[in-house]
Order: sequence, then structure tokens, then C-alpha cells
Amino acid sequence: MQFGAHFRNTNICETDRGIMKELLDLSQLIEQGQSQKALTLTQQLVNSGLPSQTILNDGLIAGMAVVGEKMRNGDMYLPEVLQSAGAMKASLAILKPLLALEGTKSRGKILIGTVKGDMHDIGKNLVSIMLQGAGFEIVDIGCNADPQRFVSAIAEHAPEIVGLSAMLTTTMLNMKTTIDAIAGAGLRSKVKIIIGGAPVSQKFADEIGADGYSRDAVLAVDKVKQFMDRTS
Amino acid sequence: MKKTFKTLAIPDPQQLMFGRTPNPMTCGFGLTLGNGQVFPELNFTLPTMALEQTNWPAVVAQYEEIGSIIERAAARLKPPGLMAEFELLPPMTEHPSWGAELTSVLLKHLDQLHKDTGIPCALRVTPTDIRDVTKPPELRSGKPLELLLQSFEQCAAAGAHVLSIESVGGKEVHDEALLYGDIEGVIFALGVLASRDMEFLWERIIATCSKHKVVPGGDSACGFANTAMQLAGQGMLPEVLASVVRAASSVRSLVAYECGAYGPSKDCAYEGPVIKAITGAPIAMEGKSASCAHFSPVGNVAAAMCDLWSNESVQNVRLLSGPAPEAYFELLVYDCRLFNQALETKTENVYQNLLVSSDIHLSPQAYVLSPQSTSRIASAIVRESGHYAQTLAAAREAATLLREGVQRKELQLNPRETEWLERITRELNALPSDEQQMIVTMQDRYGHLFAANSYGL
Repeated sequence: MQFGAHFRNTNICETDRGIMKELLDLSQLIEQGQSQKALTLTQQLVNSGLPSQTILNDGLIAGMAVVGEKMRNGDMYLPEVLQSAGAMKASLAILKPLLALEGTKSRGKILIGTVKGDMHDIGKNLVSIMLQGAGFEIVDIGCNADPQRFVSAIAEHAPEIVGLSAMLTTTMLNMKTTIDAIAGAGLRSKVKIIIGGAPVSQKFADEIGADGYSRDAVLAVDKVKQFMDRTS
Repeated sequence: MKKTFKTLAIPDPQQLMFGRTPNPMTCGFGLTLGNGQVFPELNFTLPTMALEQTNWPAVVAQYEEIGSIIERAAARLKPPGLMAEFELLPPMTEHPSWGAELTSVLLKHLDQLHKDTGIPCALRVTPTDIRDVTKPPELRSGKPLELLLQSFEQCAAAGAHVLSIESVGGKEVHDEALLYGDIEGVIFALGVLASRDMEFLWERIIATCSKHKVVPGGDSACGFANTAMQLAGQGMLPEVLASVVRAASSVRSLVAYECGAYGPSKDCAYEGPVIKAITGAPIAMEGKSASCAHFSPVGNVAAAMCDLWSNESVQNVRLLSGPAPEAYFELLVYDCRLFNQALETKTENVYQNLLVSSDIHLSPQAYVLSPQSTSRIASAIVRESGHYAQTLAAAREAATLLREGVQRKELQLNPRETEWLERITRELNALPSDEQQMIVTMQDRYGHLFAANSYGL
């Protein structure tokens, strides 16, 4: 729906209509998780001289946006979402070097990890996949990450947003120690911090000084987009 | 010497009943399970608090309080018996003396309860499987394994009556396979990896139990089948996939019994009824009264064959009525009064039918947990030899049960679930009977996630 509304312009010429249709086709192939066909079409569009940013935004990300919406509405299961994400990742591999040449900046960089003492990673991995599908760059520092690891990774990678995950009531308190460590290192003002995981809540996020909380992977993407829109 | 189960201990599904087993057993302070009564199993944990050396006295105080709550509540409610389960949190397993100290604290309260009231009771202690701290997990050597085994040793020495674990061997592949809906990967993780790790781990747990004369309770496929159940509950996975995983995961949990465990199985092992049908051992189950810990579509049917009825886990926080452990203990006691009244008045079949029929038509996950489905899955398992073949047979049987249920209009599936059931059936039917062939394919696909030497491969 977003795609059609964006291009609802009666002055567009035939060539543009042709390109529009191919971009729509690409977004649908991504939505359907048809990796090989999406790859082929992506290459064709690159060969046609279309800017990589356009292919990314109106082909790949547009397709994943539909996927995200379907997942939010319960119309797609995770395996199907991941198939779409895989198709996007394969096509993105063609575009990445070209995007760099075009001087295109990434939509944003998110650093994500599960806090110290916690080995759960399914939730974190899902969030990473959904954010990548939305065009964000992910730095995943894994599980059982102590505060210093977060601090070092933030200093090294300069993310705009930091995601903290915890699944246990005894490890969720390490989210606070992590936030305190980030503040202690003078990095707090440079990042927005979002938390997630079964035992946490918005109230807890407020108590520990996080900037946001998301209940699931789909809402995490929304929250990240909100933060990125505010800072851009 | 390892057992193999070639027949069912309870061949007639009508005899798969709560409170009764062909192999009752006694543990702790005179608690006899499977001999005509169902008992509550109270499972509790800390409120949100740090768990470190600096606040250790506060942690101990929490468990002292929980112990006192159990004493008070049991004296008030007068259950015919009870099991208390102490699940160690990861730091308590990483520091074995911590788990041992808390075991002693809780035991002291149960001992006092038994002395004061005569109520039979026992303490189950469940260390955390901390071996997955590295990626890929190093399961057969290293500090985490050492600490885990020390944890068992010290908790046993401190007087635990029953030892259990929710082991995670194979989970590193299963998680990935589950997310991608890769049933082939799921069967490999459960039938090849998890089963091998269960054998490795349970040989050692049984040795510790024998040394200290502690009952080896069972393991749980919590990290496999309950993960699938929770993801299905959130709409992320099809329920039919979670149902097939549930059935398939029975085989890895059965390995504990092949090694010498004799129950009671872990509460979160919803595959417990299959274990009971095959081994005749008493089982702990959880369902509707575990909603303090998580939600499920099997709240009533999960009770149908239980010998211990559990609340899974409740934090020691205050509710309007009083401490949450006491509130949930009361819930369990009332549940058990119904079970036991049904047994006493010989209306257990009527009550079981209500528990089963109220759930099984509403969810495929509930459908595969009925006594009839349990018996079919258990039969499919014992007909095969080898854990891979058994796991595959259990999965195929579950898929067949669901298809038959839909045909008989006992179960309704929406079009997406139906499509997935067809896909799962196709993919299961295409799996090789040759385990070695499966291993070669899966090493290619998932080899980056697991360490072959962790499984003796």
C-alpha cells in the first residue's frame, strides 16, 4: 500500500512505470522469500543503472515493510519472515558495495547484546533479523556481555542505538549496571538505549534510565525507527 | 547397564491416569508417588534482585522465608503430601556451595514440617545446565561441566531427595532449526544431538544419585518443545510445528530413564505422559496453575496423567492475598483435592475426560497430549530402535494424529496451519532412515553451530 501511494503520480512516463513495476516485483519477491529470483532481478535493476538506494528503499525495504506488517497482524510466521529476510540479505550483498560508492549512509547502526549472566539469545536474534530487514546495520555482541564489553563495543562501532536483552529476573538488573557503565564512560549522550525481554517492562525501562522498551521484535523495529526519525 | 524399552509399561490408554502408575516410588520424608494420589509440587524463585556474593545473606533470607511459607501453608491446607522444587539459578550452579546451602535451608523446613504435622514431603533440586556459556557449547569438558557436576554432587550431599535438570544439549541447533521451520534440523537436533548428550550427562547424574542414595528424577525438553510452544503462543510459529516438536522431544527425555532415572519427571516436561506410558514412572506436570510462569494452550489436558501437579515457578512477591508462593500452593492443593476426590470416588475417568475434552479440540498442541495420542506416540517410539529412528517415528505419528483429528472433525486447523501440517508431513516422510546420512547433511547445514566432539561425533 505504501508503495502504490508513493508512486501515485499520473505524470510518470512509460520508462518510469516499467521501473516502478520491476521494483514492485522485487518487493513482492522479497515478501515471498524468493531469494534466487530476487537476486536476479536486483542484478538486472543494477545493470539498468537505477540508483542502488532506490533499489534498496523501493524494492528490498518496501518488501520487508510488508513482511513486518504481516507479522504484526499475525499473517506470517517466523520461518516465512526469515525466508524473506534471507532473500533481502542476498540481494543486499549486491547493493552494499554500490551503496558505499554512492556515498549512501546506512539507515542507522544498532548495537545489540544479551546482558551479563544471561545466555538467552532467541529474542535478540529475532530483533537483529527484523532490524536488518528494515535496512539497519547490526552489531551483535552476543550473550553474557558484561558492561565493559558494551562500553568497548560502543566506543568502537559508534552505534546510534543500543539494544539490551535479558530473560531472567536475576539478570535484568544487569541492564542498569550496563547503562551506568555506558554513562560512566561518557557515552550515554551518544546513544539511545532500548531494552527488551520477558521480565522487563516500560516501567522498568523508566526506572533504570533506558530510553525505550519494546515487547517484541516487530515493535522493536518501530521503536528504532521512531528514535532514528527524531535524530535525523 | 542401560535399559531399552521395547514395550509399554501402560499399554492401555484408559489406564494412563493421574495419580496411578505401575511403578510407584517413595522419596524424601515418606512421599510415595503414583500410588493412588496426586500431590502438589511447589516451584518457586527469587523476586527481582541481584544474585551475587555481596547480597548472599538476602538471598538466603528469601529461601528461609519460602521455607517458612511452605510450613505455614501446608499446616493450614493439610495436603496429603507435597514436593517442593528448588530450581537453581545460573549463579547458584556456578557456585556449587550456594546451591548446597540453599538445599540445606529448604530441607530444614521440610523436615520440620514433617516432624510437626506428619505430612509426607520431599525436595527436588534442579541445577541449571550452564554448559552453553560458550558458542558453540562445549558439553563434554571444561569448567561449566565441572561446576555442573559439582553442583549435583554438593546438592546431593546436602540432602536433596530428588535431582533433575533441564539439559540443553542440541539446543544450539534446535533453536535455529525452529526459527526457520526446518523440521529436518529439529529431528537432527533432538534425535541425534540431544539424545547423545542426554546419555553422556545422565550417566554421570545417575552415578551421583547412586552414591548419595538420591532419586534420579527426569530431565525436560523445556528448551526445545516449550520454546516452540511459547513461540507458537506468540503467533511466531505454527502450532502444528510445536505439536510435532513436543512428540519428537519425548525420545531425548526418555534417555534419562534408559540410563537409570525412575522419576518423578520434571514438571515442565510436557512429554511426561509419553515417558509414563513407556516406563511406568510417576510424572510431574504443569498446566493451568502454572500461569504465574507462562501461558499455554494445554492447561487442563496437561493434568490428565500427572502424579505431581506443579505451578512451574512463582516469584516470592506479595499479592493481595499474601505471598505468591502461598497463593499458588493453595491453588495446587485445591487442584489436587479434585484429583484425589475423583480417585477416591472412582470417578477419575469422568474427571479425566473433562480435563482432556475441554482442551484437545481447541489446539493441536493439546490434541497430541491426550491419553489416546500419548499411547500412539509412545507405541511408535518403542517399535523403533535407536534414538534417531524413534524421534522420527514420534514426529511422524504426531503429524498422522493431527491429520486424522482434522479428518474426524475433532480438530480444526486454519488454512495456514493446514498448509504447514502438509509441509511438515512431506518433509518428515522425505527424511532418511539412515542416521549417518542425516548427520552428514546436517553437519553441512548446521556444523557452524555445534561442536561435533561435544556429541561424540
